[in-house]
Formats: sequence, structure tokens, C-alpha cells
Amino acid sequence: VTQKKLIIALAGNANVGKSVIFNYLTGLHQHIGNWPGKTVERAEGTLSFKGYTIDIVDLPGIYSLSTYSLEELVSRKYIAVERPDLVINVVDASVLERNLFFTLQLMELETPMIVALNQVDIAKRKGIEIDTEKLEQLLGVPVVQTVATKGIGISQLLEMAIKAIEKGQTTRREVRYGEEVEERIAKITETLQGIQFYYPRRYVAIKLLEGDEEIAREIAKLAPQAVNTAKELTGEIENLHGHACSTVITSERYEVAGRVARQAQKLVPPLKPTAEERLHNLTTHRIAGYLIMISSLLLIFYAIFTFGNYTSDLLSNLLNRLEPLSTNLFGTGIVGSLVWGGVAEGLIAGVTVALPYIIPFYIVLYFLEDSGYLSRIAFLMDNAMHKIGLHGKAFIPMMLGYGCNVPACLGCRIMETKRERTLAAFVTTLVPCAARTVIILGLVGRFIGIQWALVLYVFDLFVIFALGRLAFRVLPGEPSALIMEMSDYRRPDLKTVLKETWFRLAEFIKIAFPLIIVGSLVIKAADVFGLLNPVANLLSPVTVAWLGLPVITGITLIFGVLRKELSLILLAALLAPTGLQALTPVQMVVFTLVAMFYIPCVATISALVRELGGKKALFITLFEIAFAIILGGVALRVLTLFT
Amino acid sequence: MSSKGVEDYLKALYILSRNGEPISTTEIAEHFKIAPASVTEMLKKLAKKGYVKYSPYHGAHLTSKGFQVAEKIARKHRLLERFLHDVLRIREDKVHSEACEMEHALSDEAEESLCRFLKHPDLCPDDSKIIPACDLPFSTCEECVELHKKDFEESGRRQQIPVSISQLKKGERGKVSFIRGEHKVLQRLSDMGLTPGTEVTVVKSAPFHGPLEILVRGSRLALGRGMTEIIFVEAEKE
Repeated sequence: VTQKKLIIALAGNANVGKSVIFNYLTGLHQHIGNWPGKTVERAEGTLSFKGYTIDIVDLPGIYSLSTYSLEELVSRKYIAVERPDLVINVVDASVLERNLFFTLQLMELETPMIVALNQVDIAKRKGIEIDTEKLEQLLGVPVVQTVATKGIGISQLLEMAIKAIEKGQTTRREVRYGEEVEERIAKITETLQGIQFYYPRRYVAIKLLEGDEEIAREIAKLAPQAVNTAKELTGEIENLHGHACSTVITSERYEVAGRVARQAQKLVPPLKPTAEERLHNLTTHRIAGYLIMISSLLLIFYAIFTFGNYTSDLLSNLLNRLEPLSTNLFGTGIVGSLVWGGVAEGLIAGVTVALPYIIPFYIVLYFLEDSGYLSRIAFLMDNAMHKIGLHGKAFIPMMLGYGCNVPACLGCRIMETKRERTLAAFVTTLVPCAARTVIILGLVGRFIGIQWALVLYVFDLFVIFALGRLAFRVLPGEPSALIMEMSDYRRPDLKTVLKETWFRLAEFIKIAFPLIIVGSLVIKAADVFGLLNPVANLLSPVTVAWLGLPVITGITLIFGVLRKELSLILLAALLAPTGLQALTPVQMVVFTLVAMFYIPCVATISALVRELGGKKALFITLFEIAFAIILGGVALRVLTLFT
Repeated sequence: MSSKGVEDYLKALYILSRNGEPISTTEIAEHFKIAPASVTEMLKKLAKKGYVKYSPYHGAHLTSKGFQVAEKIARKHRLLERFLHDVLRIREDKVHSEACEMEHALSDEAEESLCRFLKHPDLCPDDSKIIPACDLPFSTCEECVELHKKDFEESGRRQQIPVSISQLKKGERGKVSFIRGEHKVLQRLSDMGLTPGTEVTVVKSAPFHGPLEILVRGSRLALGRGMTEIIFVEAEKE
């Protein structure tokens, strides 16, 4: 029996539990990609239900369907052009009015839809009781109450969805504006008669009055008359109301949302602030908030690097036992050493960084994100980020960077403008990732003292700040200010956290792994053919004369381009039998400083190319090489003065 | 007493005021570098006209009538500073004294044209203070540009000049009445629920002039300073 296929899209504001519902519905049958030609993430999954194969598309979390951001435009076009069989609008019951503003816009798109009234548990704790039937009646759209984090109401939602599709939707109410606006909508709709367009006529009329550029451009090709009429009528409304027409329409739409919300909900605010409320107050407090932030971040870093160090050693010991196997298979000749030293060691190094450090780091981070804590950190850090021309949200990709710079660079997409994405990606490459932390702790921390490792961390923050400020000065443009919702704290959903972690890890594997392996192979080949020493000698004016390091560090720094921590491992091997102790403390500090900053690793460079383009990626790379060399030389001379 | 003298005093009280506490005679005397005795005399005169509330030993503060006049003068002053700095390219440290002289001669009509000509700036150039809103009845600057040719005397002027929400204190409320900014920002703010007439409550601000936490239509928003400085509200009186 061939199953019938359906497409259902999930749409709603950010932080309403949309992805939790998505995960519930699709389980492991999902994949994440980009919308064709856009840097907007597209999540898709499938499930089987009642003889249907249902394709679920998770649209980005947005607050409106205007053209403020690419996400909004992509979502609007998807719904209008691709015409999914049904849209499930996920609504946060605890912020009903603002969420209904979006619901009304979906209704105006005249798409078949149902509403998932989610987080009713949080709403109840805040003293908000919603009459589902009343809401259904007011909107003319089926409404199902859900608590996605506990799986409550999900199967009813799915049943309702199928029912709505099978029955066809006829009851949807029309969003009515004031008399003056309605008259003019009717006039424009008339001029649109007989035109074939993917948006409904009434929607086009409203959007033309709102001054929507995308739609005006498209309609100008089909019915230039309509655009002119709309312009005239817009002027009339502005004269009548004394306000811009788009403001009039948005206000009236919000008025409708407010009226529906007031009629459907009963408010009995609790006498005492809820636990979520108190936690919010504490974590955003002007003193306690910062103390909590700093201590929790320190604790997280400490725990992850202790755990990571231990498991990383364990793993590499385990995997290195495979060497005899490789030797047996491929021998110890050129092929053998290329297979083991190139491919296998590349793989091992990737695994020993990814599993012990990156995975736990991202699990913790997404745990914080899903609970709502990261938006509080963004609130606290907004001011500091402004000094480098960014706003608070940029702190989130920066924190990702402490795990691995690759997903962090991709994470800079949350910034609104191109200029801010560039700035954020640049400072992110200066954040010491797990691999660089391995060097800091393994060299300076181990042989000079942990307090000196901490000094280097603090110094790194200082460098980020200074270079961030410099970049802010160089890149023209005004910084945009923060507009961010701080939704209520909620219990994080484990599945969502694991899924996010998995996707970040997938990005790392997809981008970093192939580069690491190919790179290892190339350098191993150079080694086998005896090309490394000449190169090291070539670099000696920089490494020996200027930085005061042994000649062989030239080789290790080349390897470091692939993976930073490799430079340390290699250095230890090349300095045998004495090992790393052969270096003086000053040399250790200089080497670590250079390794921290001298270049984004190959995988990060490729992430930069993807996000910013080749030119900017090249510029950032060259700048950081020059900066690290200068910094290392200066550090050598300053430190020698004191010792 | 000249109107320039009155305006200068009111502006001084406006600048020196903090949280509505009275300002001492000595402080004002220091500001003008004159004897406290002449300050006392002047304050008494201003009190008679209803511009300030003055009580001996405590000091003086602005009445709402005085505040309106002072705000208008501060607006003219800071707009002029922007003009001198941005258009005439006069050095940052010199614009203040120039503007001090010119502000009294600038008519309201010229002030409004200047504001439009400068594309409704947010902050003054020398010490980054907020340029107060005007008393035209528009809810955005876009409207002002589009509609100012119409006779706005007919639609009336505002009774109360709106204040920026960054000037509201913790727990204070107001109704959004005017937003300064370009189209995209306006769109974004109104999509988040900040349409004209909406009630907002300031919950708290992050330290060191950080973002503001506000409640709008039941949702909790964090707004950076660049945003709060362009959103003007009619503050609610308790």
C-alpha cells in the first residue's frame, strides 16, 4: 500500500517550545540543512500516522511575517508558495497577546492551520487560565492545549491536524481592521481582480498599505495600477489618522490580538512571585547576577576540562593501541606511515577533542540555552559587548567558541546585520577553543603553574576586547542595539538539548574532519619526503631570532594550522628525550601565546569562508598571523626583563 | 529679568537635577560661578512665575511648567550642537558655548526644520546626552517627514512632551507615544508589541548604563540603550 503524503509546517515565535514539539513528532527521523541559497536553517523530519507519511517542516522562530529578517521572508514565502497541507502555529500560552499577533498574520495568509496552545503549565503558574473553546470560537481555528516538555497533548494535536486536513478548513475568521482601513483594502482588492499571485488578494492589499517592499515589487510587474492606488490610499489613511499607515495597521492588528486574548483568558496573578520569577530576578540582579554568571561559567569550564583531560588521555591510549594493527596491514614503509601517521592519527586527534571536550561542553551550553539562562547572560553582557560594537546576543557564539570555533562561527548568524556577523566571527576566532585550552593547560598550566594558565585566559579576554574595539573602529557603521525577549525560565528538554549538540557536532565533523585528515596526510607526506626540516629552517628567522624558540617549533606550528593541540603533542615528541621540560618558562609562555593567536585552524578558516566570504577570511587569517608573531616577540622581550 | 536669563536658569536646573531631588543654591552658584545670594534672589523670582519650587535651605526643583521650558531649551541646544558639529564641522569642545548663545534665538519652527534636516538625531555630539522629543503630535519621525507640510497647529501640539524610557525609574510606567528611528527598527519594535499607545513598565536596568528590562503586553523584553533612547513615553503619574 502506498501511503499518502502530507506536509505540515510548524510556525511560531522563538522560545515557545516549537522545537520540542518538532522533536516529539519526528524523533530521530530528521535532518537539518539550509533553505536553498540562504543562510537560514531548515529542519525537516518525517513520521507515519494513520496511514499517512507526514513531512514536518520546522520554520524558524519569528515574531512577525514582515520583511525585517531573512527568516521572516523565508517563512512567509514558504507558506504561500509551497503551500503545506497544514500549518501548526505553536503559541506560548503565558504570553498570549504577543503570540496571537503572529497567529493573526498566519490567518491572513489564508493557510489551513491549527493552534497548539503550548506551555499551559507555565501560564497556569503565572495565574493565566485560557478558555480553549472560547479561543477556538474567536479565531475560528482549532486549538489544542499542550505541554510539550512532558509530551502532553501531542497525540491530540496530531489527530486534530489530520482531522483539519481531511475535513478542509472553512471556519477561519477574518482579521477585521477599522472602517477607514477596511474600505481601502476593498478598493485595492478590486484592482487586483483576475491576477494570479501566490499571496491571497486581501493579504496583498493589506501588505501594500503597510508599504511592504517585496510585495510591492512583485505586484508592480503584474498590476502596476494596484501599487499606485495603494500609494494614494496609504496617503489618505495617514492624513486621517495622523500616523504612518504601517503603524496604524500594526496597532490595529495588535488591538485585535489584545481583544481576543482578553476574552479568552482569565488572569489571577499569584500573590507571591513564582519560583521562575525569583530565579529571573536573582540571575539578572546587578550584583548577584554577575556573581552567579561568573561562578557558574568557571565551574562549567573547570568540570569539563577536568573530565575532558581524563577521558581524552584514556581515549588516545586506547586508540593508539591500534597502531600495530595498521603496521601489520600496511607495513612501516611510506604507505604504512602515511596511513597511520596521516589518516589514522588525524582521525584519532579529531575524536579525542570532539568526544571528551566538545560534546559535554555543548550539552551543558544547550542545557543553559533551553532553560533560558543564556538570554539572561546576554542581558548582563550587553553593555560590555557594546564596547566592541556588538550587542549582548553576540556573547552566545563567543561562548560556543570555547568549545570549538567552527560551530561558533556558524553561530554568528544570530546577529542581525552583516557587519555584526563579521565582527562577531572575528572575535570568536580569538576565543581559546578546547584545543587551545589543551595547550594552555598542558604546557603553561602543567609546568609553570595553573595560576599562570589563568593569567593567559584573562589576557586572552583582554586581547579580544582590544582587537574587538579596533575592528569596531575599522568597520564602518553604527552598532545596532539589543532587542531580545527574555522568556520565562523553564525545565530544559533533554531531547532538544541532545539534538542541538548533535547538530553542532555534525557541523564539526562535516567541516573539520575531512580537512584534518587531508591536512594530516599532506604534512605527513612532506615529513616522509624530508621537506619539513628545510621549511623549519626557512622559518627560523621568525621562530628563533624573533621569538627565541627552538628551530623545530617551526614544524609544530605548521601542524598547528590543522589542529592547534597537535602542535603541543608534536613538540613533546620532537623534544624527546627531555620532552617539554627542555623549554624555559619564558619559551613556554611565548609558544603558548603564539599558538593561541597565530592563525584560526584550517576548519575555522573554512567556516569563515562559508560565512563571510574568501576575502574577509583571508584578511582575518593574515591579520592574526602578523598579530601573533608581533605579540610573541614583544612578550619574549618583556618577560626576559623580569626574569 | 530677560527670557535668556530665565531659560539659562531653568536649563541649569534641568541638567543638575537627579531623581527630582531639590538642588542646593550653592550647587547652582558653582554652576554659574556667581554668588549664592544672587542665586537665591533669582530662584525666588522663578518660583513666583511658577517655574520652580523653592524652599530656603533645601534648594529648588523644576515644576512641570519649568520642566517643559527647560526641556525645549535643552532640545534646541543639543540640536544646534549637532548642526554645528556635523554640518559646520566645528570642533567638539567648541560647540557647547556656541549653542548656548544661539539656543535662545532659535524659533520653534526653525528648530523643527533643523531636526528634520539633521534626520532627527538621537544624541548630542559632546557628551552624548539624549536630545529630548519635540511636542509635535507624531508617533514617529517618518510621519513628521511625510506630514509636516500639513498644518499641524490644527491637529494640536502635545500637552506633555514625552520622555525617553531610559529616563524612567525602576517600576515606573508609561504609554509609548513617539519612536525616533528608521523604518526597520520601527517595524521590529512594533512587531514586538511596542506600538503607539502601548503601556510599558520598566522592571530594571543592568548596571553601568546597560540594557533595560521592560514588560510589554505580558512579555519581558531586554532593550539595549540604543533602543531605549529612541522610545519616548508619556510617563504615568502616580
